Amino acid sequence: MNIDSIISDLIFIKPEIAIAATLVLIVLVDLISPKSKTALPYISLLGIAIAGVFVVQQFGTAEFAFKTSLSSGMFAADDFGSFFKIIVLLASVFVIFFSISSSEIKSVNDHLGEYYTLMFGMILGMFFMVSASDLVLIFISIELLSLSSYVLAGFVKNTVRSSEASLKYVIYGGVSSGIMLFGISLIYGLTGTTNLYEINSIIQIQSFPHITFLIATLFITVGLGFKISAAPFHFWTPDVYEGAPLPITAYLSVASKAAGFAVLIRFIKITFINSIDHHGNWELLNIIDWRSIIVLLSILSMTLGNFTALWQDNLKRMLAYSSIAQAGYMLLGIAVLSDQGLTATMIYFIVYLFMNLGAFFVVMLIANEIGSEDIEDYKGLGKTMPFLGVTLAFFLLSLAGIPPTAGFIGKVVLFIALVDANMIAVAVIALLNTVVSLYYYVRVLKNLYLVQVDEEKPVIKLSFANGFVIILLAAPILIFGVYFTPIVNFAKNSINILGF
Amino acid sequence: MQLPILSLITFLPIFGMIIILALPKAQTKVIKSFTLLITGIQVILAIFIMANYNYALGGIFEEATFQFIEKWRWIDIDGFSWLGKFKVDYFLGIDGISAPLVLLTAIVTFIATISSWTINKSIKGYFALFLLLDTGMMGVFVSLDFFLFFIFWEVMLLPMYFLIGVWGGPRREYAAIKFFIYTFLGSIFILIVMIGLYFSTTEILADGTRAFTFNLLAMMDPNNATETGILSPLNPSNLRLIAYIALFAGFAVKIPMFPFHTWLPDAHVEAPTAISVILAGILLKMGTYGILRVSFPIFPEITQQLIWYIALFGMINIIYGALCAMAQRDFKKLIAYSSVSHMGYVLLGMASLNTLGVSGAVFQMFNHGIITSMLFLIVGVIYDRTHTRMLDELGGLGVKMPAYMGFVTVAFFAAIGLPGLSGFISEAFVFLGAFGEPLIRVITVISTLGIILGAGYMLWALQRVYLGKFNEKWEGIRDLDLREYAMLAPLTIIVIFLGVYPSAMLDLMNTSVNTMVQFMHDVQVHYSSLVSFK
Repeated sequence: MNIDSIISDLIFIKPEIAIAATLVLIVLVDLISPKSKTALPYISLLGIAIAGVFVVQQFGTAEFAFKTSLSSGMFAADDFGSFFKIIVLLASVFVIFFSISSSEIKSVNDHLGEYYTLMFGMILGMFFMVSASDLVLIFISIELLSLSSYVLAGFVKNTVRSSEASLKYVIYGGVSSGIMLFGISLIYGLTGTTNLYEINSIIQIQSFPHITFLIATLFITVGLGFKISAAPFHFWTPDVYEGAPLPITAYLSVASKAAGFAVLIRFIKITFINSIDHHGNWELLNIIDWRSIIVLLSILSMTLGNFTALWQDNLKRMLAYSSIAQAGYMLLGIAVLSDQGLTATMIYFIVYLFMNLGAFFVVMLIANEIGSEDIEDYKGLGKTMPFLGVTLAFFLLSLAGIPPTAGFIGKVVLFIALVDANMIAVAVIALLNTVVSLYYYVRVLKNLYLVQVDEEKPVIKLSFANGFVIILLAAPILIFGVYFTPIVNFAKNSINILGF
Repeated sequence: MQLPILSLITFLPIFGMIIILALPKAQTKVIKSFTLLITGIQVILAIFIMANYNYALGGIFEEATFQFIEKWRWIDIDGFSWLGKFKVDYFLGIDGISAPLVLLTAIVTFIATISSWTINKSIKGYFALFLLLDTGMMGVFVSLDFFLFFIFWEVMLLPMYFLIGVWGGPRREYAAIKFFIYTFLGSIFILIVMIGLYFSTTEILADGTRAFTFNLLAMMDPNNATETGILSPLNPSNLRLIAYIALFAGFAVKIPMFPFHTWLPDAHVEAPTAISVILAGILLKMGTYGILRVSFPIFPEITQQLIWYIALFGMINIIYGALCAMAQRDFKKLIAYSSVSHMGYVLLGMASLNTLGVSGAVFQMFNHGIITSMLFLIVGVIYDRTHTRMLDELGGLGVKMPAYMGFVTVAFFAAIGLPGLSGFISEAFVFLGAFGEPLIRVITVISTLGIILGAGYMLWALQRVYLGKFNEKWEGIRDLDLREYAMLAPLTIIVIFLGVYPSAMLDLMNTSVNTMVQFMHDVQVHYSSLVSFK
């Protein structure tokens, strides 16, 4: 790698450069004119828009940047990465909208500069994560994401639960990073390289002590499982989700999870692939039984997530367990180990983005008014907040997978992939899980509408801007629920991972 | 291009729902009248469909003999390396099995709208959900694409949950969630079988290539089966049997078939009168309709293997439902259990797989829809006046309410199966058909006990509520008002008319039932040759 090639490769990381430049700009604006806090969200949105244009331009590229040899590099600019960058950017746009109207964030208005700076730190980390094809770059970008999110989780300093969330996140995160790094060092010790492509070509021809290799891989999976909050690495999730400011919770549950999934998929597919047949089935090297590992993680996540969610009284915490269960559904698509399963997971992610963000946003707006996230305090809210009630019900039903919402389409596509791969027992377990999940989602509906409240409360008005954001989140769920061709096409055309 | 009348009748309520959502909350009169208008137009459309219906065409498995067909490509995605093409059709059409149920849905929904006039809580929400439910029900009966069918099937869950849960009685929360979870659990089995069938069936497209399909009619043709599909008849394994049982269980929850029936009494007791009418009059028919439309023609060889069991469950429903009804002290619960018993006749008739029995089953679906709606309305009339449904608190009401007593008599005797009223014809057909099938003859004979038990609990209820000593508590009770006449009179006319002239309905379904019976027979021969060929 010489300096010229590095400079010429910079064109492949234009989106990342745009994000980094915005980060610097936010710091500068905050320093130069501390009074112009209100401009910061709009600067952020502008930066995201520019990065978005670059990402869209990059669709169709399939090149290595920062090459370490002729056929491998640190960074893979491909459609698969761009897809997840779009997911991250969309989530960021909505989370910035959320932050504008969040009362929690307003309470720390003096530090808005840091808030948006750290958020761009997260975006930058995630951008490198989804494209990284080298274990070192993967690790560094995960750390960039994590460190920024540790601080953001505890951003509301004056509340105890926020600080507690941050501390727990740091401890769990630190341990899992350490384990992952140990796994990476073992892989390096065995193969002499950290590049995924090079590891692949080495393990194709050489054989290794099976148990060491398995342990190394599992250690890396622990780190990634932590990021996607899959059981049994999920213990931080409920506490952090409950304690963090709500926009950040929403962000962690969608963007950070998406980035984690992207790394996991790339890691499995590139490192362990042997060949892909013409139906898009991945023939993996016979070293590690990935299907069993992922099915196990998935069933654990679904079942633990759903059953624990049944007992939750705090809606934020319930949604945290629900997002663990949702991670379980999405893992199913990967367990199929084919392009079809991958497409299903990606379709699910598009849908999940809208429905999960929507649910968190409505919960935040309700908490702004009533100062509580307790499900028992939601009694009769369907009357006093008609629009929020209806939309919350809609988002929750989409999470449960009831037609005609897009959540149903996401699940159907997953089950189609599972049945096609003859994984019927797993599909049945997942379907039974959706029945369990229906119970706790409907419990919220029950409190919103069914429970009789004696006192008459005035109807609470919703601001136009917030109503508009909710419509932006809800409309795609309804439209894609009835006509899902666009999302299927988008996912289908984005499955190209560089090298295969 | 012909008028897309089935889309019209299906989506008219959704259109009405959108208008209602736009109306101001306080305009309750307008909202009610508008709903009545929408459901009234639906009845007119249904009558128009019947008037233009060609009695000579059979339907069942042949697209060309379905009527009022609408077929559009809804989802069309190309270029999957693993699937080739993914397509879903928007495919509507009716035959002699679905036509009576379309008519039934229109009539019962219209009557239920009149019955909903007494709703006085969140009127806007009620009628919006009511119309959404209407679309879901109509859609199930007209769709011929499994994917579409399933979406309509699920769409009605949510409005039903709210209609029971918000406007229901004291234990409404429990009843609503129980209904929701039970039916949702049932539908996931339908979903998984649907996907399995999708991968076992290909269909020739316009350009000559083959693609997987959700088309129900294509699934019925063994020539469309793929070699390796998991539910393909070419692929001998137990999976088809397991899938059949799963699918059957999914539908059985809705019927409701013993032992999946426990949600029904709860839902009925808590639901407001109009919703009980919809539930018993239409929703229960979806289960048996689904079995006739999906399970039977797609899995004919398995159906043949299992008819003894289907008849057995029919018998259990008949006897068990009747015994439970006899033990009830709550008038509405009694009627609810009588539904369980009467739906057993449908199962028994279907199991016979001959023309008489299947006609009896389809006719019974229609008749039960009308008669049971009347019975629930009758309970509603009393409940509105006395606010009790306990049989022993009532008594001698017939003297004070002569006009009402007239309707009660017709409905009760129709439910018992008195000759001259519609219930008799369908029950007689069911028993004649089932008796003609040697395999299930014993079951049929035992099932006839249900008639005696039915007469027992109905007459006993009649005696306790309407005859005997008058309970002085209800001194000032008034007879029917105009609105109640408007709900009960049309149904009474239908019951008497079809009792005297059943051909009106039997002719409608006759060709299709014959086609169905013939198809089940032919295709079985075909299937066994397929297997022996293997």
